[in-house]
Amino acid sequence: MRTTKWFAAMTAASLVLTLTACGSGFSSGNSSASQTPGKPLTVLIGSSGDAETTAVKDAVAAWSAKSGVQATVRTASNLNQELAQGFASKTPPDVFYLGADSIAGYAANGSLLAYGDTLANKADFYDSLVANFTVGGKFYCAPKDFSTLQLVINTDLWTKAGLTDADVPTTWDQLSSVSKKLTSGTTTGLVMSGEYARFGVFMTQAGGNLMNDTSTQATANTDANVKALQYVKDNLVAGDFKTAADVGAGWGGEAFGKQLGAMTIEGNWITGALKSDFPNVKYKVVELPAGPAGKGTLQFTNCWGIATDSQNTEGAKNLVAALTATDQQIAFSKAFGVMPSIKSAADAWKTANPALVPFINGAAYAKGVPTAAGSAAVVTDLNQKLAQLKGQDPATILAATQTNLQALVK
Amino acid sequence: MSTGTVTVTPEVSAPPRHHGGIRRRDAAAGWLFTAPVLVILGLFLAVPVVMALWVSVSDWSGRGSPFSSGVGFVGGANYQALVAGGLTTSDFGIALKNNLWYVLLVVPIQTALSLLLALLVNRQTIKGRGFFRTAFYFPSVTSSVAITVLWLFLFSTTGAINKLIAFFGAKGPNWFNEPAAVFHFGATSGPDWMMKGSALGMSWWDWLGGPSVAMCALMSMAIFTTSGTFMLIYLAALQNLSPEVFEAAEVDGASSWKAFWYVTLPQLRATTFTVVTLGMIGCWQVFDQIYTATQGGPAKTTLTPAYLSYSASFGQQKWGVGAAIAFVLFAIIIVFTLVPRWLLRERTPRAARARKAVA
Repeated sequence: MRTTKWFAAMTAASLVLTLTACGSGFSSGNSSASQTPGKPLTVLIGSSGDAETTAVKDAVAAWSAKSGVQATVRTASNLNQELAQGFASKTPPDVFYLGADSIAGYAANGSLLAYGDTLANKADFYDSLVANFTVGGKFYCAPKDFSTLQLVINTDLWTKAGLTDADVPTTWDQLSSVSKKLTSGTTTGLVMSGEYARFGVFMTQAGGNLMNDTSTQATANTDANVKALQYVKDNLVAGDFKTAADVGAGWGGEAFGKQLGAMTIEGNWITGALKSDFPNVKYKVVELPAGPAGKGTLQFTNCWGIATDSQNTEGAKNLVAALTATDQQIAFSKAFGVMPSIKSAADAWKTANPALVPFINGAAYAKGVPTAAGSAAVVTDLNQKLAQLKGQDPATILAATQTNLQALVK
Repeated sequence: MSTGTVTVTPEVSAPPRHHGGIRRRDAAAGWLFTAPVLVILGLFLAVPVVMALWVSVSDWSGRGSPFSSGVGFVGGANYQALVAGGLTTSDFGIALKNNLWYVLLVVPIQTALSLLLALLVNRQTIKGRGFFRTAFYFPSVTSSVAITVLWLFLFSTTGAINKLIAFFGAKGPNWFNEPAAVFHFGATSGPDWMMKGSALGMSWWDWLGGPSVAMCALMSMAIFTTSGTFMLIYLAALQNLSPEVFEAAEVDGASSWKAFWYVTLPQLRATTFTVVTLGMIGCWQVFDQIYTATQGGPAKTTLTPAYLSYSASFGQQKWGVGAAIAFVLFAIIIVFTLVPRWLLRERTPRAARARKAVA
């Protein structure tokens, strides 16, 4: 019996050892990858559709032809998962899309190359975007593009309610009163998703946000945030605001298109959705009203991440510089409607999209969502309660979020 | 639903052991012939399990190999995070609660339903038996992702289910977006003792609230897809029963209900154990429907430990916690398969008599 067991154990042990020897990365430490100039690059993107894929492929091909470095673009069906697999196997894509909420995790484990400060056009990026991609004082990656939230108004319902251009709300009180006027039958004045990524605009208008601009300090339970959520709650209770789920819609844009809401708070992606699903709905975009602390909105952004383990980081940096150049960003915005992340492309974008100017104007006062490692989970938890805000106490909700956020930055 | 493979090894007495040269050569040949399987099992089972076990007690952050020099041993810290309080704990509590209700409701219903279906299609008198057998088994053959997408359409606000409900004059819920717990019956808070007491960051009120409306839609799908498979297992068992026993029961004057309760069902004990065990394992591992349909929403009410493990690892780079959840889930599954084993154990007549005497 004993010999058999020994034999089995030895076989298992030798098996494990053999396998360990096979794995290339098992013994290596965290040293950065050896560099091979001119080595082909892989670009991994999470594409919104064919238009975006084609535009990125064309841009990368053009850069390849000019630089002589081969580069292939791959679209990920699940970007986060494919990135994680790449980092774990030490063969990550060289250049990739990266959301602001996942940057801290990858920065912490050293997967992400901090190259932002070496960019020639660093000063051209919007400051708030640079803050979004700065972790521990290091500017990690070049913002790809961005979007902000503004108020979208159904012009037919607006006129029907007897409202004119002069009635466009510029304060919270005015927003409440036009919402009341627009509420009738199955239509509610303002319908938006019941989550931080929408209600948060009121926090910024009151002078607050869940964390400070660099996501190093939790500021969830401030009076400004309580005041903002209380304002939203009062209007939800009055029935002049509703969440998309309350009216049976998946998001604000759907409720707006189905005329269940006369106004909504969304980003510039709503124009594409309305064009394809609800082409008959007439609308206009205006800036959100100012709160007690002035104008405010939230912004969402992605960056061009470069892997530390890339074997051609110089080539990757050159590629990113080409992809974030003014002309290229204008080309991208023409192809799939995104807003350029650099100030020098703003005028061209405004000329091309006159009806959407409020979105890009928002860049001046927009705040980012928290980017501290683990903050996405805290926001998900907060959203769970915000979906039921009508029956909850804003101060209690925010106190719990404060505790959760503090645990991330301690 | 993914169901694990269960190998049932019959209990055999150990063969007599031999020692000597010839037998030794046999042993070598035996190892040679089993080597391919050992290698495959080692490569795809033992090594990943050992790696995951190591990750669950390490601070591996997802970059490079978990066995590289920079990765440190942190003991039970990742497991502690699951019970120590904070967001990880409450997420784990919510996931456990959701999955517990899922198991408690899906397993009995799918077992009963599959037995019923098997009894129906086993009857000699029924017309078109072949058709019904195929029809009931069909959902099991279809990919779970395809069925999930079908379910999303059926249970949308303006979908077929709500149209049907509207036909009867009621208003259907917004199924996959409705986080309300069904046993709360619309109430938003309960008695004081239920609100105050808590375990794993969740009040008793929340623990006892039952599944959300969204989870109910997913549960109905699980029952729909798996009962066909289990029907097949029951059907095979039913066709194995010897007709003499039923004839004897008939001669003794047993009604068809009594024959089912006292003759059929006891003979299906082993099959029921298989079905319940497979059902439990499948239910605790529920992942693909969640991944396709809800990603844990609305309001985390369809979050399960399997999905939480995935999202902690791939979404938040908390690989240690993700692996720890996987091992806790493994332990839960082991415990839950022991329960039907104990409930459905063979009771010898003497033991039964002894119990009666005590009572």
